[in-house]
Amino acid sequence: MGSNMAENHPVGFQWVMEARERGAQVVHVDPRFTRTSAMASTWVGVRAGSDIAFLGGIINYILEHGRWFDDYVKRYTNAAVLIDEKYEDTEALDGFFSGWDPKEGQYGEYDITTWAYAGTKPQTAPRSNASHTRGEQSGHGGHGGGLSHGEPPEEDETLQHPRCVFQILKRHFARYTPEFVAQTCGCTEEDFISVAEALCENSGRERTGSIVYAVGWTQHTVGVQIIRAAAIIQLLLGNVGRPGGGVMALRGHASIQGSTDLATLFNILPGYLTMPQSDQEGGLEKYIESAKSPAGWWGNADAYIVSLLKAWWGEAATKENDFCFDYLPKIDEDHSEYWTFVQMLEGNVKGYIVVGENPVVGSANGRLHAKGLTKLDWLVVRDLVEIETAAFWQEAADEIGTEVFFLPASSHVEKDGSFTNTQRLVQWHFQAVEPKADCRSELWFYYHLGLKIRERLNDSQDAKDRPILDLTWHYPTHGEHNEPSAESVLAEMNGWDDQGNALPDYKPLKADGSTASGCWLYAGIYADKVNQAARRKPRWEQDYVAAGWAWAWPMNRRLMYNRASADFDGQPWSERKRYVWWDAGEKKWTGKDVPDFDEQKPPDYEPSDDAEGPDAIRGDHPFIMQSDGQGWLYVPQGLLDGPLPTHYEPHESPLRNPLYHQSQNPRRQQFHRPEDPTNTPDDYPFVVTTYRLTEHHTAGGMSRFVPYLSELQPAMFCEVHPDLARERGLVHGGWATIRTARSAIEARVLVTDRVKPIRTDGRVVHQVGVPYHWGSRGLTKGGSGNDLAHITLDPNVHIQEVKAFTCDIRPGRLTG
Amino acid sequence: MSESITALGTDMRSYYGRPILKEPVWQPEIPWYLFTGGLAGASSLLGLAARATRNRPLAKAGLYISMAGDAVSPVLLVSDLGRPERFLNMFRVFKVTSPMNVGSWILGASGASTAVATGLELLGRAPRSKVLAETVSAAFGAPLSVYTATLLSDTAIPVWHEARRELPFVFGAGAAASAGAAAAAIVAPEDAGPARRLAVGGAAVGTVAMLAMEARLGMVGEPYHQGEAGIYNLAAKLCTVAGAALLATSAKRSRLAAIAGGGLLLAGEAALRWSVFKAGFQSARDPKYVVEPQRRRKGWGLTPA
Amino acid sequence: MSEFATLADITGEPDGWADTYGDETKPRLGFFTDTSICIGCKACEVACKEWNVIPEDGLVWTGESYDNTSTLGANSWRHVAFVEQRKPLHDGNHDGDTLRWLMSSDVCKHCTHAACLDVCPTGALFRTEFGTVVVQEDICNGCGYCVPACPFGVLDKRHLPRPGSDPAGVRPQEDGRVWKCTLCYDRLKGGHEPACAKACPTKSIQFGEVDELRARADERLAKLQQQGRNGAQLYGRDPDDGVGGFGAFFLLLDEPEVYGLPPDPLVTTKNLPEMWRTAAVAAGALVAGVLAAFAGGSR
Repeated sequence: MGSNMAENHPVGFQWVMEARERGAQVVHVDPRFTRTSAMASTWVGVRAGSDIAFLGGIINYILEHGRWFDDYVKRYTNAAVLIDEKYEDTEALDGFFSGWDPKEGQYGEYDITTWAYAGTKPQTAPRSNASHTRGEQSGHGGHGGGLSHGEPPEEDETLQHPRCVFQILKRHFARYTPEFVAQTCGCTEEDFISVAEALCENSGRERTGSIVYAVGWTQHTVGVQIIRAAAIIQLLLGNVGRPGGGVMALRGHASIQGSTDLATLFNILPGYLTMPQSDQEGGLEKYIESAKSPAGWWGNADAYIVSLLKAWWGEAATKENDFCFDYLPKIDEDHSEYWTFVQMLEGNVKGYIVVGENPVVGSANGRLHAKGLTKLDWLVVRDLVEIETAAFWQEAADEIGTEVFFLPASSHVEKDGSFTNTQRLVQWHFQAVEPKADCRSELWFYYHLGLKIRERLNDSQDAKDRPILDLTWHYPTHGEHNEPSAESVLAEMNGWDDQGNALPDYKPLKADGSTASGCWLYAGIYADKVNQAARRKPRWEQDYVAAGWAWAWPMNRRLMYNRASADFDGQPWSERKRYVWWDAGEKKWTGKDVPDFDEQKPPDYEPSDDAEGPDAIRGDHPFIMQSDGQGWLYVPQGLLDGPLPTHYEPHESPLRNPLYHQSQNPRRQQFHRPEDPTNTPDDYPFVVTTYRLTEHHTAGGMSRFVPYLSELQPAMFCEVHPDLARERGLVHGGWATIRTARSAIEARVLVTDRVKPIRTDGRVVHQVGVPYHWGSRGLTKGGSGNDLAHITLDPNVHIQEVKAFTCDIRPGRLTG
Repeated sequence: MSESITALGTDMRSYYGRPILKEPVWQPEIPWYLFTGGLAGASSLLGLAARATRNRPLAKAGLYISMAGDAVSPVLLVSDLGRPERFLNMFRVFKVTSPMNVGSWILGASGASTAVATGLELLGRAPRSKVLAETVSAAFGAPLSVYTATLLSDTAIPVWHEARRELPFVFGAGAAASAGAAAAAIVAPEDAGPARRLAVGGAAVGTVAMLAMEARLGMVGEPYHQGEAGIYNLAAKLCTVAGAALLATSAKRSRLAAIAGGGLLLAGEAALRWSVFKAGFQSARDPKYVVEPQRRRKGWGLTPA
Repeated sequence: MSEFATLADITGEPDGWADTYGDETKPRLGFFTDTSICIGCKACEVACKEWNVIPEDGLVWTGESYDNTSTLGANSWRHVAFVEQRKPLHDGNHDGDTLRWLMSSDVCKHCTHAACLDVCPTGALFRTEFGTVVVQEDICNGCGYCVPACPFGVLDKRHLPRPGSDPAGVRPQEDGRVWKCTLCYDRLKGGHEPACAKACPTKSIQFGEVDELRARADERLAKLQQQGRNGAQLYGRDPDDGVGGFGAFFLLLDEPEVYGLPPDPLVTTKNLPEMWRTAAVAAGALVAGVLAAFAGGSR
């Protein structure tokens, strides 16, 4: 669901096919019948933007029919925890949770104090300006919520107390009946029930089920909450931390996982440490206080941050100067991509470097982006070809002042490096050919840019230049272009102790400055000074866990939270699903994978009152990154828009929310720019969703300029159901113009049954399918699908809602 | 197009109406070659027979017409090749499963022997060697006139392959008609008797063979009544009948009638080759000519059970 | 060169193959393309073009579902067909199971009795030691005879400019030769599998010894039929068919013609002995006709 795996991950999809051949049921829930649906056992067509209704329906089904995995839920999740008595649910407040402050004239926010576990306080309360940055950082690992020694204060193990999470969950999803699902999603009750049943049947001791998603879920104003709903399902069914279970995110690029691991996002540091805030006084100590969790593995956040600082500033980072903590930039705003472009429009951004990205085509509201670029003083674009973002100035109507630099980049076969995929698997790749002419790798670019900047600043006495001058910036180089050694960077990420020994994993990391590590999660990837990510033991020489192929973080552990594959006493739930278990003789955890647990902590371990960090987690609580070691059905803190997922309509929808008067996510992020008006429902009656095709790659830089790919899908087209075609007079093979308040594009028309018309409330709501690969350049050119979209975002992660908005569509080309 | 690509895909008994076979890549040179090759082959037979019966004017005409045909034919064929500079590769092998290969050898032998005979005739020397050369040429003459039918039938194109029993007679008789017509046009009527008889006889047999072929082809023979092939077919029949009629009657006395009749008959024969040529393209283009006969041959209905 | 005598009886082996190669004969290699697991990704099309340096051949949007390649030809040696249907995936199961999308990667069949090979006048087309059919690009003179001979419409002439010729020039020269799938002959000689098989992520394209592939295909068909898979059938597996069975055969989910394939393909050479006989008779008739013309006298 929320993905099209065969289409966009064809190589990975072979394993789904293999599973199907061995009898696994493959269910695909999607607004369109895609190449994935063609291979599935079952396809259920739904309305784009109705995912929480569907998933909530499954939660309701599980709870109503007693299908949850009782033993697992009782001990491994926070089902039994009691919530603050002041908590009120959306069911009571017509679409709001308790604590809503509408903040007249500004964006509303939640005060999350009432969401907390009874008797506790949230560790970090949201603050006004920086509040939209909080979601991401405090989400990681939960960071305690003021919980001490890993034990939430009040619980009801019978799961009957009206304020326990389990009962709150039940009440919250009580109205998500099969009838509600059918009405809201546009499927039949039978189809919905068959999916719910399939999931339930395939869960429990003997069987597990897996949920796979991609940007079909993330690209909504409720994206994070959709994923949360899937997490709730999997926790209720006992499918997390068990082989064949889990919630798997299909990433959109070959190494976007690695990209976020190593913090290309503005609000995190490598290893998902939080970025320091400008309004947080007290330096490193205060930072550690807020980052560190009293319980769980985030309890060692101090060791992680200090080791990172040592990796970056080496000798210059000492205990006396807080390990150069003050050298780190501090954030004070949302610095996400969309916010930055809005600042560009305001004239507040002087320069911008775009590397391996094409925002004019790939981001929502492309024209807003192109306009933003006209306001810069300078723009640098590095790419394989002159993409639309690099060539935007050629289309500019008036004179613009932006100085544009286009620098050629090398491709992945022209450099060493790694890919980190959706399973946290880091695979090394070796350079195969030298780059041509002036093409250079990113590593070369940033390294030599740094050298040049340092050279310029060399004689500076200004304190603000010390952060750059004090950096450790000596990587060995090779070849005629002085290419820095990627492996040496990997070694730095792995880290070393003060004797220069490569760290075996993250456990030896210390907060006293004796260790350095560029990314604590990757510690171990260069253990024994061997590039573990380059290992290639074939699968026929090892078992299915395949620990000898490449390296997964952390610690080459392939399945996270795998303590959950065993019961309270450390025995596998079943022989069939045996994965990791407690060996009473050896007094340690062992199994097919690296146990995701303290190796020597017995299943019956109970922490003392003053235990801290990992020691504060019980022997039967597998979710060690949470401060209470439990899977969170209910999230007391970390998310900006609610502790539980709720069906909200997309920002633009032809339908009203059947549950509440508050139709959309009240906390969604908006910019209210004149370049980004919202569609009026009457003028734009159709649901539109954007997506990819196998033949092209995202914003088209790597496919629209390649003949062999361009000829496979040589024109921009849209997909419509024959009933919509009839209604609007669209002709298969003809042209259509698709319009929103932002822009209009033209496309060829593919009339197909595969787009699901939504029958609800006695009417039919049609959906229009829009691939978003095309732009104004390349061998195949065409209208950009994202030009139609608006920039209303999920508040937690600032992701655009391009999977469900509205449009109008008419026959004919754009001009005349 | 239909209302949705899904509806189309559900009902279609072809792949979006696209051809299954590939149309030949042969250019206009080829139908002209079918004509000139046939003319050359039958003319050498006519010439030798005239030589044997001491009809010198007719013998010379047969020889020279054969030479003209044998000179033009290779040029046409080489010009049609995708890599003309590699025409000699035709002689790398001798291969009986390839009518084109066999035909290349035939044309080569025919051309060489005819050239020798023509040279000797023009020089007025070595009459016995000349007759020997003419005999060799005539020996290859009938194969030259007929093998092109085998070449066309030895393909997957339904209108050609299914015509394999009749087409050699259509081409053989047609060649006879062409040779007779050409000779009748250029030789004095008092010497051109056998030529006229050959022309009329060939026209008659050829027309009967053609009609028999069209009848037996049934649905597969549709191209002969449609499109360009249909037009050429009609023109061929009209010209052939008119030309033969003239040759059978007033050409005995009138030089003019002989030329007109001969010319019409030649035009008819050329049009016939064009019709057969074009029919192949039309036959390849519509998948139904492949699908329906094949399904019927296996005893399957036209839609799945 | 094939013997006349063996043409009439269609056996499972290519004519003269083992005899010609003797000790150098290798096990016969080919493809089993199981279209029931094709995900329509077209990696096969791209891998083939990249390995064989085949030109891009047209940026034309057809609207024929997701197929913009349309057909095999001189510049497309793998072609993925797409057919959307209002039909269930499985027999008898119609609840919510009302759509299916056929996807299938077509390729040269490397027929046991290959018409293209038989009719090639220069010997450019030949049977390799692996039992596959290959055009030698340095011998082919572009006569084009193989093009209409192929019952599947696989071969075609390449009209794009010759290597080294100036495409923008006054008279850019055509390549002029016929091209088709070689089953990656060069890769086979190196002990590798063909590019398309290597690239196919789901192993829809299976490469190996034809005997073994046939056995595997039989099992696969049995399994699908047992599951009630609508329309499952093997195509070209049977050595008794009109071309003696294909070296590259298929599992289809509908009738062959829906995929653009002939239902009952025939190697035209099967009728060639009869055709030569007919030609001989016609030639004789021509001679007789000429003699008859002189029967009434020499003038």
